[in-house]
Amino acid sequence: MARLGVDGEPGLTDSAVRLRLLEALVSRADLAECAQAGLQWLHETLGIPRSLCLVRPVADPSLMVVGAYGVKGAASFSLSLDDWNNPLVTAIVERRPMFFAAPHSPADRKRRPATPFEDAPFHLQPLGLTGFSQEPFGALMLAADAPVRANLQWFSTVLGQKLDQILRQDALSEGDRRQGRERGLLYSIINAVSDPILLTDTEGRLLIANSRALMLFTATEEESEGRRSAVSMNNMLLSSALSSKAMEETGAARRELLLVNPIDGSDLVFELLSTITEDPRHGSGVVSILRNVTDLRRASEEIEENYRKMRMAEAQARAESDRLNLIIDSVADPIVVTDAAGATSLMNDPAERLFTIPRNASAIEQRWVQANDAHFSSFIAGMLVSADRRRVGEIGLLDARTGEPMPVEAIAGKILSDHGELTAVVTILHDRREALEKTRLYEQLKQASDELERKIQAATADIAQQNELLRRQAIELEQASALKSQFLANMSHEFRTPLNAMLGYTSMLLQGVAGPVDGPIKRQLSRIESNGRHLLTIINEILDISRIEAGRMPLQMSRFNVPELVGEVKAELEPIILRSKLSITVDVPKDMSPLWSDRQKVKQILLNLLSNALKFTHQGSVTVSARPNPRERVLELAVTDTGIGVALVDQEKIFEDFRQLDNTPTRPYGGTGLGLSICRRLAQMLDGRISVRSELGKGSTFSLILPTKGRK
Amino acid sequence: MSNKPDHETETKPDRPRVLLVDDYPDAREMYTEYLEFSGFEVVEAENGMEALQRAVDAAPDIILMDLSLPVMDGWEATRRLKADSRTATIPVVALTGHALAGISEGAKKAGCDAFVTKPCLPEDLVKEIRRVLDSTANKKARRSGKYAKTIG
Repeated sequence: MARLGVDGEPGLTDSAVRLRLLEALVSRADLAECAQAGLQWLHETLGIPRSLCLVRPVADPSLMVVGAYGVKGAASFSLSLDDWNNPLVTAIVERRPMFFAAPHSPADRKRRPATPFEDAPFHLQPLGLTGFSQEPFGALMLAADAPVRANLQWFSTVLGQKLDQILRQDALSEGDRRQGRERGLLYSIINAVSDPILLTDTEGRLLIANSRALMLFTATEEESEGRRSAVSMNNMLLSSALSSKAMEETGAARRELLLVNPIDGSDLVFELLSTITEDPRHGSGVVSILRNVTDLRRASEEIEENYRKMRMAEAQARAESDRLNLIIDSVADPIVVTDAAGATSLMNDPAERLFTIPRNASAIEQRWVQANDAHFSSFIAGMLVSADRRRVGEIGLLDARTGEPMPVEAIAGKILSDHGELTAVVTILHDRREALEKTRLYEQLKQASDELERKIQAATADIAQQNELLRRQAIELEQASALKSQFLANMSHEFRTPLNAMLGYTSMLLQGVAGPVDGPIKRQLSRIESNGRHLLTIINEILDISRIEAGRMPLQMSRFNVPELVGEVKAELEPIILRSKLSITVDVPKDMSPLWSDRQKVKQILLNLLSNALKFTHQGSVTVSARPNPRERVLELAVTDTGIGVALVDQEKIFEDFRQLDNTPTRPYGGTGLGLSICRRLAQMLDGRISVRSELGKGSTFSLILPTKGRK
Repeated sequence: MSNKPDHETETKPDRPRVLLVDDYPDAREMYTEYLEFSGFEVVEAENGMEALQRAVDAAPDIILMDLSLPVMDGWEATRRLKADSRTATIPVVALTGHALAGISEGAKKAGCDAFVTKPCLPEDLVKEIRRVLDSTANKKARRSGKYAKTIG
């Protein structure tokens, strides 16, 4: 914003301040009133405390005071324009502002012209328009400590014109006076116009300018360098514009003129309207009106820019729309765009297949499409009347090619304009057949899976139950087995006690404790004794099996000499051997290493095997042998006989409990049938085994095979 | 007893005294009859408690102890006999119908000097008694530095 106060007059803007003066002057027609208003404006605007206004009345050679502000006794003051020695007069005639400082000496005081300001410093400003060829006709005297610059040039011009006009009016005839008034009015009008208005002569010299134009084209020497050069450039630009050929030809022209704002140096764009006026008195001139189009030009540039942008946007929108169409067509799901009235405005290909009757369609095919159309229309109608922005529904359509039912999921959305008006409804239809089929299959699968799971659970439960049952049975069996063993052990004990007494008394009788016995009595007592012993053997063997099965026959391992053991066995059976008259051979290496095993159990097995051999052999021989087999780390103790033998088919049976091959009541061989069964159990306890090689009628070999690796 | 004059006359002054403990009367009677026939003096007891009393009163040379007894069983009675200084030196031969493993072990732990399984023929029992008495006499002789008289 341009400020006028060069020496610091903040707050006053060009137009506001000037407008106040113009207002004050326009409403007045009296010379003194106008002068007074002007001086008051000076005081208010520039802070001039005291001032005088002098003018030269028409046809009078002296200047008279027409207005005074803050100066007493000024009315009598006058200046004769003929007094060339008065520096005041010289300045006024030469239209040169002048400052009169306070006199610094009496001599200086004498040289100073007499004024109502006396010794106070003051500034003299001639009245009148700069650049206008007019007679000097007035001046302002302002009390000031320094030359006053701001606004003064403009003020003196405006006030000068006004006062001059009043003076002339006074001097003119009635008609002239009216003309003068009109002219004054005209000045006021052109000054009030915000566009610069100029009148120039044919040479381009400035004749009349309104205040806007003055600002652009005039500058005093006191004004800044920048402003002055801006003004001279503006004058140059204007002259060249006015002198152009085009103007001469047409007489009136409208062209663009680029000027510089002298106040801030910014570019100003004007539209120059110039008209040549023919004035018979002063010759032809050119009236120019400059219209500031700086903003207009900017606006138009903006409009052009906007237009360009719009074109681009339009092109973009078209491309977008093409792309959208492409997308819509490439979507497999039918898409339908409906306008606010419910009419279809756009469909992609899949939608067309549903809703458009194909060429050469049969009557039934047409009906399918019509049915689809009806269903869809009803859905859209529902959508249009509802307040929902979005709606999802199911429509039972028909496949337009096959006529099979085609349930679709319809997803519709309303498109609203910026003002909330419904512009379109976009509906996407999704074929549900596949999804429904998948759901159905999934359900089936789930059912099958559930069924399977149920079956598995049932089977698992069944198995668990069976397992539990088996477990209980196993426990029960174990308990039963333990009970049986315990029972047998107890039974054998209970058997023994009475048997003990029976055998004891029989023995005593046979020994003749109660007197000598002989003949049949002795024979009968012997039968009692032998049967009693047999019974005892059976009880002992049952007891052995019970102990083995009850796990109550612990091993008592030791290292012992095998030949010695064989000797003991043979010795124990010596009475039977003697009775049998068989040849007994012992074939045991004397130097064999001791055996690590349960001596008692090995002995029991050998006793059994040897007594069996003796029992079932009627003639021939029995051999007891020991064969160490270092390679297999076993020792084979064998009893070989030439007895009745065992058929191959029976070789397994003989190891079963209570088993004798001849089961008749009158069998010729004694024994419990438990012997081999016990032997086999004992051999297993010793990590060994019993084997048999035999041929019916030719003899047998029973072997006890024991490990030799044990070293504990 | 009239039909066994040889034994009575021959060994009467030195008849070893046997304490026979058994709750089964027939067995007690049978063994008593045979032991007396074989030259022993027999004192009987029906249970462990009675056995303790008889052992002190009669001071037997040897005790035949059935293990399964009423009132106080043979194991407990044997432990008490071996714990009593008056009876500690008397050899005890356990006598039982139980042939299950562990029985003899238990009997030895209780302090029995020998173990005999029923049924045991009278002559076998006498053999065992003589064996134990000999062995005891030998030990005593070794301890006293002279040979004791051999019994039977």
